[in-house]
Amino acid sequence: MKKKYRWALLFFLTPVLLWLVLLIVLPQIDLFIMSFRTENDAGKMVWSVANYLNFFDEPIYWLTFVRTAIYSVLVTFLTFLIALPVAFYITKVVKPKFQGFFTVLLLLPFWVSEMVRVYGWMILLRESGVINHFLLRLGVLHQPIEMLYKDTTMVLGLIYTSMLFMIVPLISVLDSLDNSLIEAAYDLGANMWSILFKIIIPHATPGIVSGSIVVFMLTLGNYLTPNLMGGKNSLWFTEQIYNQFIASFNWNQGSAFGFLLLFLSSIVVWLGLKLSKQTLGKVVK
Amino acid sequence: MIRSLPQSKTYAFSFRIYVIFYFTFLFAPLLVTCILAFNNSQFPSLPWKGFTLEWFTASLPERVGIFHDQINLDSIWVSVRVAFFVTLLSVCVGTCGAFLFEQENFRFKQFLYFLMLAPLVIPGVILGISILMFSTTLGTYFEESWNVDVGLLRPGFWLVVLGQFSFISTLVTLVTSARLRKFDRTLEEAAMNLGANRFEVIWYITLKFLRPAIIGAGAVAFLMSFENFNTTLFLVGSEATLPINLYLQVRDGSTPVINAISFLLITGTSILALANLYFSRAKE
Repeated sequence: MKKKYRWALLFFLTPVLLWLVLLIVLPQIDLFIMSFRTENDAGKMVWSVANYLNFFDEPIYWLTFVRTAIYSVLVTFLTFLIALPVAFYITKVVKPKFQGFFTVLLLLPFWVSEMVRVYGWMILLRESGVINHFLLRLGVLHQPIEMLYKDTTMVLGLIYTSMLFMIVPLISVLDSLDNSLIEAAYDLGANMWSILFKIIIPHATPGIVSGSIVVFMLTLGNYLTPNLMGGKNSLWFTEQIYNQFIASFNWNQGSAFGFLLLFLSSIVVWLGLKLSKQTLGKVVK
Repeated sequence: MIRSLPQSKTYAFSFRIYVIFYFTFLFAPLLVTCILAFNNSQFPSLPWKGFTLEWFTASLPERVGIFHDQINLDSIWVSVRVAFFVTLLSVCVGTCGAFLFEQENFRFKQFLYFLMLAPLVIPGVILGISILMFSTTLGTYFEESWNVDVGLLRPGFWLVVLGQFSFISTLVTLVTSARLRKFDRTLEEAAMNLGANRFEVIWYITLKFLRPAIIGAGAVAFLMSFENFNTTLFLVGSEATLPINLYLQVRDGSTPVINAISFLLITGTSILALANLYFSRAKE
């Protein structure tokens, strides 16, 4: 009997191990090693920290890094601010028979490719775009203005792309909030704000944390949206990685950048989990 | 505050306005993209110059509709093939993962579980470059040691499949595990008492129970693969997938053909999403 169980274990373990070792563990180790290799004057590959020193020596590199981090935090926070009322409305305010309909409506756009969604924003916002057309027609503007390729547009695009990953955990966590808690607080004379800060937000913390972690990570690692909506001024860190890999063909420098990005995202995820006293396994469920 | 409590008119009104604004924000880009696919103009912008289907069907020198646009059709076909293999692989491995983490016990299980979740916290771009580098390292090694050139390890179709598979499997594992957790294990014991072995039990009983979750996870895996951009960007060879191909076209200026493709994608995915939802509701 015992022996048969071992066979089953082996049968399930082998593909999973192959997947995780060959596609996750070894490539990450390789990335780490490559980031410490550099070409010396004689054209030979040697160990060094030159790739990391380059990062700190060139202001354009670390400024882009800091900028990306700050904007990602901003995007995460704004996404939360926009998503919370919507999630609250759907779980607590709207009539129960419309709840399912609203939820489906909410999720539908996110099944569509990110590329298509960004393209939609581009034809809305660009100089010859739809919004400019209407503003000119209405006489609000006399000259079309370029709304694309600005930091604000880039932030808008990033919020739009990652909205789903905030709203789904918020809905599921607010759904589990007992209405009688809010009713009791109301009967005892609490106003809207104290209900929000003393009941809703404390109860929703697990959802807020898991949503924020995913949104932050996706924003940090996004290439498509900053590149198309932010244009040449977007200065997103993933673009630096892309440039090192594809344009300059300096893979060692690129891996150092990649590793720094991975480091930043892991630190923030870890901090988020520590501060809210949760584990990764729980957040995922 | 909530529906069981009295609420002021302004509160209800402003909340409704907010939600309307939110849904406009959500749907405006998609709607505009779809509408402009039917505009009789050389550019995807207003003014409206009349309704036309030419961006789908035409084969004129100045206007090639999507049904005759060989480059875009090719890239759709590449994406379909990639998504097919990614779905197949990730469903097989993900189901193994679900059984492994839900029904088996072994040393370092917690550690392996943590490792299985890792692809969720590694940005897609990093997955892409690390797999690109590792495969190149392997390729050089094979060439220098045994003088064999492994085409599989160069950027191209199979590397894209592997790159997408590396994180989509995590998703399939999680979805299938959630379903497997609800499985009543006394059914397995009953079958074993009746003389079935472990694999017969899994094949005839547990997998039947898991089928809805596996189909659902497969549909999501297909869509995620079909739409993936960040990881694919670094692994793609001469055969561009649809999102990569669209990106290259949008970057260098766009024509309404892109709207036509977007229209097909939006309607296609909406139908798939609604069907998935309908079937998962019907099961419950």
